Amino acid sequence: MTGQPLLEGDGLHKAFGPTKALDGASIAIRAGEIVAIMGPSGSGKSTLLHCLAGIVRPDSGHVRYQGAEISAMTDGERSALRRTQFGFVFQFGQLVPELTCLENIALPLRMEGVRRREAEARAAEWLDRLDLADVGSKRPGEVSGGQGQRVAVARALVTRPRAVFADEPTGALDSLNGERVMRLLTEAARETGAAVVLVTHEARVAGYSDREIVVRDGRTRDIAREMEEAL
Amino acid sequence: MSIGQTFLGLLESGPRHGYDLKKTYDDRFGHARPLHYGQVYATLSRLLKDGLVELDGVEPGEGPERKRYAVTSAGVSDVESWLASAEKPEPYLQNTLYTKVILALLTGRSAADLLDVQRAEHLRLMRELTRRKAGGDLADNLICDHALFHLEADLRWLELTADRLDDLRRQVRA
Repeated sequence: MTGQPLLEGDGLHKAFGPTKALDGASIAIRAGEIVAIMGPSGSGKSTLLHCLAGIVRPDSGHVRYQGAEISAMTDGERSALRRTQFGFVFQFGQLVPELTCLENIALPLRMEGVRRREAEARAAEWLDRLDLADVGSKRPGEVSGGQGQRVAVARALVTRPRAVFADEPTGALDSLNGERVMRLLTEAARETGAAVVLVTHEARVAGYSDREIVVRDGRTRDIAREMEEAL
Repeated sequence: MSIGQTFLGLLESGPRHGYDLKKTYDDRFGHARPLHYGQVYATLSRLLKDGLVELDGVEPGEGPERKRYAVTSAGVSDVESWLASAEKPEPYLQNTLYTKVILALLTGRSAADLLDVQRAEHLRLMRELTRRKAGGDLADNLICDHALFHLEADLRWLELTADRLDDLRRQVRA
């Protein structure tokens, strides 16, 4: 890998009580790259994503964003980093049920202090982009699962983050809707230059990535790179 | 793939020359494995012999004569019964990957490594097909999806086998 990675986890260990979730995991993600983190249930892939995103602090090891140590930041600094540089898509959209879809998409901008009118105008552009033009005024409970996930994708990208963290983003969707979410997410990420860290156990979802890292028993393996190096 | 019945189906829209049939077949169903001319003309002469197609005209040209073929009513019935009958599902019981895993365990080699390398290769192909889908039409997406679902099934088997390796090793070497 040449140049400084956008995001890097190095020798990460994390235990929850007696359970080792990460046991020396390492990963490096370049700007604009889409990387799938794969592995069986309980292998540590979500914990790895949470460490990289500054949601969970590792017990030991380093997480660096553009060379800066995330694990050394204060809670406030990490929270600001998540708000301004990162976007998130989870398995179940985690939209705010009381807000309309448009207001949900605008929310990260409002939290940044952008005025309502401007935030909603920028959010409306994302509605069009993600084929959601007719759901803007609806609340999350009134839209389908696939539409809700696309709203979540729009909300993750509206601030034009440098990295999007997607944890099983299609886990609750059927094949057709899952495919639509993945296509729109990866197209939008490529257009805006955002890197995507994609946790999935579904190979067809990983098919949208540039490469995969496999996590097993808390350790990471980059098989494709090992195969290249062995040549 | 039954080339004969596919030709009959293509001829239902009107008579065609052998070359047209080959071209349409390759465009729609060939997927980087075009028909050889030998296959085309062998298939057509069999259909002709069986009364499923008939000659609709012969045009003299500079090279060989160009024959135009039309489907007969027996040919239409043949396509109909082919489309209405279920294909026999593949039992998939003779599998090279299975053989490799068992052989690795029998000979004390790392079956886990073998499975990891195979996963990477499957995913590489899945990425290629996913990219191809982005640029293709719906019919092209359909054939890519067919391949993707089969590769995904292989991968699920790889994962399950990886999770069972310890037990499997004990049984195989007992």
